[in-house]
Amino acid sequence: MTTDDHVYLTLAEGDHEAEARWAYGTGFADPLLGVDTTVPPDVDGADLSLYCQLLGDDALILAQRLIEWCTKAPELEEEVALANLGLDLLGQARLLLSRAGQADGTGRTEDDFAYWRAEHEFRNVRLVELDNGDFAFSIARLLLFATARRALYQRLAAASPDPVLAAVAARGVKELAYHQEYAAAWTVRLGDGTAYSAARMQAGLDAVWPLLDELFTAHEAELRLGLDPAELREPVLAELAAVLAEAELTVPTAGPLARIGGKAGREGVHTEALGPLLAELQSVAREHPGATW
Amino acid sequence: MVAVQAADTAEPGVPAGLAERFEAVVAAEQRIEPRDWMPDAYRATLIRQIAQHAHSEIIGMQPEGNWLTRAPSLRRKAILLAKAQDEAGHGLYLYAAAETLGVDRAELTEKLISGRQKYSSIFNYPTLNFADVGVIGWLVDGAAICNQVPLCRCSYGPYARAMVRICKEESFHQRQGYELLMTLMRGTEGQRRMVQDAVDRWWWPSLMMFGPPDAESPNTEQSMAWRIKRHTNDELRQRFVDMTVPQAEHLGITLPDPELRWNEQRGGWDFGEPDWSELMRVIKGQGPCNTQRIDRRRAAHEEGAWVREAAAAYAKKREESHV
Repeated sequence: MTTDDHVYLTLAEGDHEAEARWAYGTGFADPLLGVDTTVPPDVDGADLSLYCQLLGDDALILAQRLIEWCTKAPELEEEVALANLGLDLLGQARLLLSRAGQADGTGRTEDDFAYWRAEHEFRNVRLVELDNGDFAFSIARLLLFATARRALYQRLAAASPDPVLAAVAARGVKELAYHQEYAAAWTVRLGDGTAYSAARMQAGLDAVWPLLDELFTAHEAELRLGLDPAELREPVLAELAAVLAEAELTVPTAGPLARIGGKAGREGVHTEALGPLLAELQSVAREHPGATW
Repeated sequence: MVAVQAADTAEPGVPAGLAERFEAVVAAEQRIEPRDWMPDAYRATLIRQIAQHAHSEIIGMQPEGNWLTRAPSLRRKAILLAKAQDEAGHGLYLYAAAETLGVDRAELTEKLISGRQKYSSIFNYPTLNFADVGVIGWLVDGAAICNQVPLCRCSYGPYARAMVRICKEESFHQRQGYELLMTLMRGTEGQRRMVQDAVDRWWWPSLMMFGPPDAESPNTEQSMAWRIKRHTNDELRQRFVDMTVPQAEHLGITLPDPELRWNEQRGGWDFGEPDWSELMRVIKGQGPCNTQRIDRRRAAHEEGAWVREAAAAYAKKREESHV
């Protein structure tokens, strides 16, 4: 019987200061460990920080939406897959927001950004903050986001003004390739499944399509860094069109969702969906200011 | 116990030698595999137990999932999400192990959402503060480990092999839970209060996870004869208390049992009697969250039906186009 007890008995033994390591082990170790985090001399730290926030907030907010699927997915395999996508995006958000705090010299942590900023300080595109809708809506959103973000990471991995960002993108591009493949496979299955699923998939695409444009609309900091997302528009649209053709779905024709006084998510002007999302995400942290978790 | 085993395996119409071979394999601590002959009652017991275990993994995602969107740091959020993902994975392996016995996952899911099969009653308690996440890891996963580690040596091969992997991950979850509690206990007054509050609520339900006292556990004897179960409920419960008390002291929390004291004579901790009438109420469906848990599972299953139908229709079309 003693052999059965081994796992449990060692729980409170040993080096208690090392206990924190048990929270790692599946890829949560400090991702920037060993990377030279000096901001290159020709890069503006404030611009780099802002750019990391744009990308980091996209990843964080979409991760939060994916997390909401937990225990609600249509099948157990999808529970595992959606959690996996959420973990990838959460991991990217943590790297990017950590970098944002280093780049602008404020030393803000990933949690300072996630838990202690106000809604208007979040820089994510409006696409990622919308409520999940049904499975087709969530898949349509994921398809658009993953296709565009993979293209962006590919470019960054090859030519980033910041080596840390390049490293983050190089890891992210592999993850996003799977996200894109997963979303495309479901788009095709639903589009070419039953008449009912095809109608829902088309409705999902129609609903998210007007938000696609924002992913290609540059914030001024992106332009100053020489990273204009407009360059990604044509290749991304071509990839999306190919998936929709295979799914026997129609490329939506609706134009972009209007901005407000020229501003949208990148400038901190969001939809009504973001406030409640942040209230929930930040509630426990804000109940215990100064606490360590 | 040998007598019980012999009586139950002597089924009419079984070709000579099969029952003897089954008994010999079990007695020799070897594994019964899916294609081997096995007594109908052994098969039924395993299906019931593995299905219940799979259902527990899936329903068990809900109480912790309640804190996923609110986890107070991104690191804790990632840890919790990875844990929920592991649990979905455990559910998958276990349903697959049950399928080797001739049932299918859809049928078992139907039995779960119609209330014809059970899951661990512990998940019918609510998670009311973030420290519950840590306490579930420490106590609930800890109790599950006490129950499950012996199952790695269970006589049915697919179940035993699934349990080896599951136990490794459960032990990882338990350590993460304990590490969270250590962090909170080193934190603010408010954080320490959360931990004590969570321990006060989860201690007795955790003790009840080992099932009713041996005198009232009708299935134990047969399951032990079949080498499905290795220790009685009371043995495992005592073991759990003995391992947990020093860990509680190390954490600096108080276990909510005034009768808890070291018994020098028998080298174990004496502890109070859990409220068995509460356990019976929870088992019978009157627990704080029974309805909520099943409703959520049923809603996910029903709302996902069109997606599963679409996937099946698509697969069928592909198959036909390849013929």
